[in-house]
Amino acid sequence: MNINLTLIGQTIAFAIFVWFCVKYVWPPITEAMSARQKKIADGLSAADRASLDLELAQEKASKELQKAKEESAALIDQANKRAAQIVEASKDDARKEGEKIIEQARAEIQQERVQARDALRAEVAAIAIAGAEKILETSVDAKAHSEMLDKLAAEL
Amino acid sequence: MAADTPVEYIKHHLTNLTYGKLPEGYERADGSVVQEATWTMARTGQEATDMGFMAIHVDTMGWSIAMGLLFLGLFRMVAKKATTDTPSGLQNFVEMTVEFIQNIVRDVFHGKNPIIAPLALTMFVWIFLMNSLKLIPVDYIPSVAHALGLEYFKIVPTTDPNGTFGIAIGVFLLILFYSFKVKGAGGFAKELSFTPFNHWSLVPFNLVLELLALIIKPVSLALRLFGNMYAGEVVFILIALLPLWIQWTLNVPWAIFHILVITLQAFIFTTLAVVYLSAAHEDH
Repeated sequence: MNINLTLIGQTIAFAIFVWFCVKYVWPPITEAMSARQKKIADGLSAADRASLDLELAQEKASKELQKAKEESAALIDQANKRAAQIVEASKDDARKEGEKIIEQARAEIQQERVQARDALRAEVAAIAIAGAEKILETSVDAKAHSEMLDKLAAEL
Repeated sequence: MAADTPVEYIKHHLTNLTYGKLPEGYERADGSVVQEATWTMARTGQEATDMGFMAIHVDTMGWSIAMGLLFLGLFRMVAKKATTDTPSGLQNFVEMTVEFIQNIVRDVFHGKNPIIAPLALTMFVWIFLMNSLKLIPVDYIPSVAHALGLEYFKIVPTTDPNGTFGIAIGVFLLILFYSFKVKGAGGFAKELSFTPFNHWSLVPFNLVLELLALIIKPVSLALRLFGNMYAGEVVFILIALLPLWIQWTLNVPWAIFHILVITLQAFIFTTLAVVYLSAAHEDH
């Protein structure tokens, strides 16, 4: 247990170790630690912000969805109305067309009846003339009796 | 081993490997007489004592420097590739230690000085490593040294008062330096003269008290550490004297207990040094 130069040697060694630690060991380690601390804090706040953003986005999305639903419902409504209109209009058209066709047919029938009557009338006149010829035994001069014949035909 | 009786065994284990200067005309243990003053390795404890102040404990210096280099090497390696991402196992361990020291310094030290925390880290880890050499069985390394031709070999630097006083002197110089730097020579002198009793007539009394308190700081630091480690070492040596089959029943609990003592003493030394330095920074 002698006190000797070791004392001074130990002090010098201590001083050198402390110097080295102060200069080369402590700063990089503590810097890395505080940098990591900052990183973690940043990460946490980013996560907070992200969850807030997510909430907002979800809200917005549900709003959009609601709007889209409303729009689509309106569209369907409109389409239904339009379809009904079209159906109504086509029914109308069809009815008109039908009436027109019926009208035309009636007109044609009328015309044919007139024609047939005329033809019949002519034929009846001819037959009447033939009958009269037979009765009179002479030919009837068509020219001379045309007035009478026409009168007859008109009566038929 | 050169020891035959228990007393010799204990003495042998408590003697440092000393390299020093023997005075002219000194009669050595083997009867030869030194012709002129020479630097040589002491062959007996008596020779080591007679070398006086001009001697150095090679084992204390060697092991303390080795432990210091181990500490700095390990921490420097981690510091160099310190990552801000997920740290690896070793970096975790180093950061844990650094954080532990940061907490102590934050709690105890109230000034602003970037030196204090790394200083405390150095003290804590270095002293811890030196103390933990004690857990190596007492005969292992001295036996190896003996086989290599070294008569004495005491591996725990903190069981050598030179080792602990050396560190305490370093702390003491820092206390003086910061006292002068922060308070100024006048302020420091005033603090020594006018506390605890603020009256001119009590200045001499105050001075004696305060100077004593100042000097007792490094002495208490060094002696506390030395005393604890030395006593523990002596008990280990005593246990080693028992019959082989019974040793484990005593040295296992003692070693387990010393895991606590080693850490605690390093912690106390560090904390008290920081407390003293904090007081040195306080300007009244």
